Amino acid sequence: MKYIDEFRDNKIAKNLAHAVSKKAEGLRPLSIMEVCGTHTMSICNFGIKDMLPANINLISGPGCPVCVTPKSYIDKAMAFSKKPEVILTTFGDMARVPGSDSSLMEEKAKGRHVRIVYSALDAIELAQKNPGKKVIFLGIGFETTSPTVAASLVYARKKKLKNFFVFSGHKVILPAMEALVKDGDVKIDGFLCPAHVSTIIGIKPYTLIAGKYKIPCVIAGFEPVDILQGIWMVLEQIRSKRPKVENQYTRVAKDSGNKKALALINEVFSVKDSEWRGIGTIRESGLFLNRKYSGFDAERVFSIKPVKTRPDTGCICGSILKGLKAPFDCPSFAKTCTPEKPKGACMVSSEGTCAAYYKHRI
Amino acid sequence: MHDLIKKLFVKELGNPLLNKLGDAAIFKTGSRLAFTTDSFVVSPIFFPGGDIGKLSICGTVNDLCVSGARPRYLSCAVIVEEGFGYSDLEKIVLSVKMTCKKAGVDIITGDFKVVEKGAADKVFITTSGVGDIYQGASLSIERIRPGDKVIISGTIGEHGAAVLLAREELKFKAKISSDCAPLNGLTSAILNKGIKFMRDPTRGGLATTLNEIAIDSGYNIGIEESKIPIKESVRVLCEALGMDPLYMANEGKVVVIVAPEAEGKVLSIMKKHPLGRKSVIIGEVKKERNKRVYLKTRIGGKRIVDMLSGEQLPRIC
Repeated sequence: MKYIDEFRDNKIAKNLAHAVSKKAEGLRPLSIMEVCGTHTMSICNFGIKDMLPANINLISGPGCPVCVTPKSYIDKAMAFSKKPEVILTTFGDMARVPGSDSSLMEEKAKGRHVRIVYSALDAIELAQKNPGKKVIFLGIGFETTSPTVAASLVYARKKKLKNFFVFSGHKVILPAMEALVKDGDVKIDGFLCPAHVSTIIGIKPYTLIAGKYKIPCVIAGFEPVDILQGIWMVLEQIRSKRPKVENQYTRVAKDSGNKKALALINEVFSVKDSEWRGIGTIRESGLFLNRKYSGFDAERVFSIKPVKTRPDTGCICGSILKGLKAPFDCPSFAKTCTPEKPKGACMVSSEGTCAAYYKHRI
Repeated sequence: MHDLIKKLFVKELGNPLLNKLGDAAIFKTGSRLAFTTDSFVVSPIFFPGGDIGKLSICGTVNDLCVSGARPRYLSCAVIVEEGFGYSDLEKIVLSVKMTCKKAGVDIITGDFKVVEKGAADKVFITTSGVGDIYQGASLSIERIRPGDKVIISGTIGEHGAAVLLAREELKFKAKISSDCAPLNGLTSAILNKGIKFMRDPTRGGLATTLNEIAIDSGYNIGIEESKIPIKESVRVLCEALGMDPLYMANEGKVVVIVAPEAEGKVLSIMKKHPLGRKSVIIGEVKKERNKRVYLKTRIGGKRIVDMLSGEQLPRIC
């Protein structure tokens, strides 16, 4: 695979791992947070932790969109799915996340109209083919997915679609990173910033973290060579005591981001406070449909009874999402919580920290 | 119904034992027997490289093959949903016929039922099969010892990828055909040549089969990512969808565990067979007894390859 295999090159990876070890020599134990779930996946998949020196600890951050979606969101989605006129459409990962009583997959098995789609545009197609039904799309994800959902809403508005709706659980990543740093519970010595989110938002937003909180930020690609080089760059900043924002992923992420995608987000969404699973409400961290698009907003259009969400018991997803604890610290991990019967969202999504740890037992 | 059975099934699949249409087929073999059964509910029923008919024969034939048997007789029960087109049924029966011929087996008893619309999804097929155990074949997971080599007979993941693409839910096009094929020639050629165990890595893919072997033998298995043969098209598809080819189904491949002193010979026999040209040693049985499968990644890291839990679902981003 051109442009992928080069970044999985055995020799380059080994050399970089060696360079990281040299760079880390004599430094105190350091914790570097990989913000994005895809980074966690890649680190597990390629066995990267196995190649790092003992004083470098990688901790997983809050960048798995399925994992940070609160239970209350799932419960509401479940309530929507119970309306006979509704076809609920969702990304595959979401379907297995447990709500208070069941998951969408279980509801589907009971005969509710729940369909797994691969993009919001698939949901639009479904709406056009089923004019007698109301199609709700569960919009979740960070800046990587929100522009595509925004584009589908712009299209739906243009086509004057009356039976397509979005239930937005979209989030923006930076407020969560800042909340973790401000919270201070977990000591973060450097961030590997998400690759694809950065292709949209560019490098500027991270200057807050590097400038105000003096924490090195390196935008890194998802391939092993990218990650190892990203770690090396973080260490270099730590050594030189000059925290800044650097971009390792220059082949895709441009410093200025993707203006068109950002314009789409601004066209459709407004930023408000939002609840994160296990973390709580973070100021101005969620994207919700703005007034212009309120006719497509499932939350405004469909009335549902207030949903009682039961708090998680025996699940430490919150601490895991904050990087405070590792999956092995959880009494449920691999015992009562497995990918087949997940208790918390971190075990559901393949990008979730617990699922990645479970799969590869790192 | 009787008419359809005669005009289609008996006409195409007929042989002296089937033609009698008795309550049971009566036969004699004289050797130790292997007996297996499997149901086929694949959707879609037609996919590049095969269809549910071909699959239902290969699946059962291959289960007999990897047990060290020469597949002989099969039963075939077909359930179709009301309204299912005759021409599609005919296509499936012809495909069954061709595959039986290729595998050298006869269908000697069968059943055909039509159920109400919605009670089945188009067509379901169940086949059972008996085979004669080859003289001297003693394949057993208990014979596996540290140092034994792990061979895969070719590129992995094609059946799973072909079926996934044929579902047309993903607007993704790629030229990938199922590897669906009867393995008799390949497996019989290596029996009694120092092999200890064989299994066809169907549902759950190579990773699942290796885990089963690790659990049942009690030994760890170490494999190397860079040695596992995967077609570029399958790799790209899996990469784009966030799926792991190690867990994608195969229907014409076999995993062989062979004693170290016999690896060269077995490998060279396998490579001479059309279905085994890309056979390769991908790893070995280790002395540690955690019953796990370890993968040395292409960049030199190490990770566990676990059993797949649930279905592989495409990721969000």
